[in-house]
Amino acid sequence: MTRKVLVLFAHPAYRRSRINRALIDAVSGLEDVTIHDLYETYPDFAIDTDHEQALLLEHQVVVAQHPLFWYSCPAILKEWQDLVLEHGWAYGRHGRQLEGKLWLQSVTAGGRDTAYREDGFNKWTVEELLRPFEATANLCHMVWQKPFVVHATHVAGDAEAAAAAAAYRARILALRDGSPVRAVAS
Amino acid sequence: MAADGFLIESSTYLAAAVVSVPIAKRLGLGSVLGYLVAGLIIGPSVLGLVNAGADVMHVAEFGVVMMLFLVGLELQPDRLWAMRNAVVGLGGSQVVLTAAVVALAGYAIGLSFGPAVAIGLIAAMSSTAIVLQALAEKGLLKSPPGETSFAVLLFQDIAVIPILALMPLLAANAPVDAGSTHDAGLLADLPGWASTLLVFGAIGAIAVGGRYVVRPVFRAMAMTRLREIFTATALLLVAATALLMQTVGLSPALGAFLAGVVLADSEFRHEIETDIEPFKGLLLGLFFISVGAGIDLNLMMAKPLLLAGIVFGIVALKIAVVFPLARAARLARPDAWLTAIALSQIGEFAFVLLSFAGQNRILDDATRSLLTGAVALSMLTTPLLFIAFERIMANRTETGEERAADEIPERNKVIIAGFGRVGQIVGRLLLGRGISVTVLEHDAEQLEALRKYGFTLYYGDARRHDLLISAGADEASLLVVATDDKEATTEIVEMARRNFPNLTVVARAYDRSHAYELEKAGADRIIRETFAGGVEMATESLKAMGIPAFEAERSGRIFRRHDMESFNALREIRNKNVGDYSFAFRKRREDLARVLSRDLQTVPDLDESGWDSDSLRDEVRGAG
Repeated sequence: MTRKVLVLFAHPAYRRSRINRALIDAVSGLEDVTIHDLYETYPDFAIDTDHEQALLLEHQVVVAQHPLFWYSCPAILKEWQDLVLEHGWAYGRHGRQLEGKLWLQSVTAGGRDTAYREDGFNKWTVEELLRPFEATANLCHMVWQKPFVVHATHVAGDAEAAAAAAAYRARILALRDGSPVRAVAS
Repeated sequence: MAADGFLIESSTYLAAAVVSVPIAKRLGLGSVLGYLVAGLIIGPSVLGLVNAGADVMHVAEFGVVMMLFLVGLELQPDRLWAMRNAVVGLGGSQVVLTAAVVALAGYAIGLSFGPAVAIGLIAAMSSTAIVLQALAEKGLLKSPPGETSFAVLLFQDIAVIPILALMPLLAANAPVDAGSTHDAGLLADLPGWASTLLVFGAIGAIAVGGRYVVRPVFRAMAMTRLREIFTATALLLVAATALLMQTVGLSPALGAFLAGVVLADSEFRHEIETDIEPFKGLLLGLFFISVGAGIDLNLMMAKPLLLAGIVFGIVALKIAVVFPLARAARLARPDAWLTAIALSQIGEFAFVLLSFAGQNRILDDATRSLLTGAVALSMLTTPLLFIAFERIMANRTETGEERAADEIPERNKVIIAGFGRVGQIVGRLLLGRGISVTVLEHDAEQLEALRKYGFTLYYGDARRHDLLISAGADEASLLVVATDDKEATTEIVEMARRNFPNLTVVARAYDRSHAYELEKAGADRIIRETFAGGVEMATESLKAMGIPAFEAERSGRIFRRHDMESFNALREIRNKNVGDYSFAFRKRREDLARVLSRDLQTVPDLDESGWDSDSLRDEVRGAG
């Protein structure tokens, strides 16, 4: 069974990002995978709610891909959540439009994985820090996937970038082609 | 009339008005009383400077016609239709009851049947001129008492026609030849069915002509862009309508009113209104002055008690009739008092009816001159009664009794002057947000094209103070000046700032220099008409070169902010040097030079370091 994948991409200074560019390149042009660059589509932040909801309905997998900024997402993805995930549509007694869709958070973090630990620099793991997104998916009756995380982008070289891109591509293909939903690659 | 005589007479009238009306206003007496007193003073009774002859009175009556035309302009046909019950019910009861009560009183003091009924009918009339002028001055025209009074007055205007027809029947002696009488017109000569047909024909001609002939004519006149020709057309319309009605034998005022109603929903309404308004005001003043001059003091001195008795008796009876009627029409008690007082005088139609009654030998000369005096005096009582009423109400309010809130007439909160390329965008966006907008546009061709799409548009030059007033600038909160003519825009802004401190003024500037001018003229917000478009073009160019949309957008926004800072920073320098050169093009060149040199020094970088990790990466790598 093939699922259609929607990648919500949010990076305000895309040209300055090496890893995110490598990741996006790795999944661009794949069949049944739609890349949706939020900053490119809405440079004025005037998000078209109807259009976004229609896009969501057309896809069975939603991937939110972004760098980790202050333990969260860049501003436009927050704006997207606020406007698109409407009460009565995405959640609430009659809001079940997203029920059963898969939600994957795909983030890049500058620090090493050891920095994201209870005894580390950032005190919490990335998965813990992504709890607000997990709660969002939960409220919208979506199935939360184990996040795809690329660590240590600050020190990553070309080899690391290529490895991350390949892993990401494999992860997206697995979601698209209906491989086990709980599969992990990080 | 010799030219000298004309000049002397006009100077006398105008001087009387100029001296007395401001004094009356200052004393809180209203302009009507001022005019009346001025007329009394320059008239034969006191100074004898003028003898208010029939010709002056006739010219002055045209003022009443114009007033009815203007009232009609304010009244859309559907609103008039909605008033039909009030007109027939209230107006009908007022005329019939007042006539009956006054006739009975006259009969009781020994008049015979015919004269008693004639006097009753004459006394039933109220003065449209006085009532509407006084109510308008108090801003009450669209309040419940204003609308009630108007409905009654309208019925009276219509009732004049059957009353004129009825008069000859009241004569005890042999009736004279009705055809020879003063202004019975064609109607008197015709059999019943033909006169009915004529009446409907005339009204139909006004309705159809107003819609299908007059509107295109106004449109054509507007395109000539000659102010005075447009004014002449408006005056011609009123005069021709009055003439038509008079020829037929109907009330000219009624005809003018109908013509006004027909044009009430036309786009030229405001423009016609502002054109006719000054003429109406002057002629109405002349009318009141001639009424004042017509008051015969000698007669009053001869029989002061009888005259006073007649005046107060009739006024009291009229109030006694209207008050319960107004209460029955569910007006609040103070509103009912106001309506009763407003309608309590005897109107100008009485002069016509009196002379008609004289010709038909219903009333003798002595009675007629006594009654003429009584009519004029009764007009004098109305402003005084208003003052007394206001005093009483003011005291009541102080003692805690609430006055019913006046109905606030519906006004648009936003006025857009100029509905070209820029104004249209503003209008569309505001309308889209459910904000209703009054649009003033002086290009008739532009209007014609847009009318089809359901915009509410008015033809007119927004530089005119009076036009802005009729568009509701006193109550509006926002004026958008989107005219494309530089000088016109500045003039409108200056005028609006001077006269309407309540308005927020958003103005369209031609360029940077003009923006400084508008700032000086007092605009609150200034939009340079090409600036946003230029920035957008630059942003799109960046995107076309492959720059991501968000980055391009930010560049545009940052540039916009930088340019606003330049605009503010250079204002001082510019104002200091403003005397150094006089040519506008040089000024513009200097402005541009300063802006460009400031760009070189200060155009800020995108500064995206918050989203960038260069320094952080360096730190991490250094540490690792």
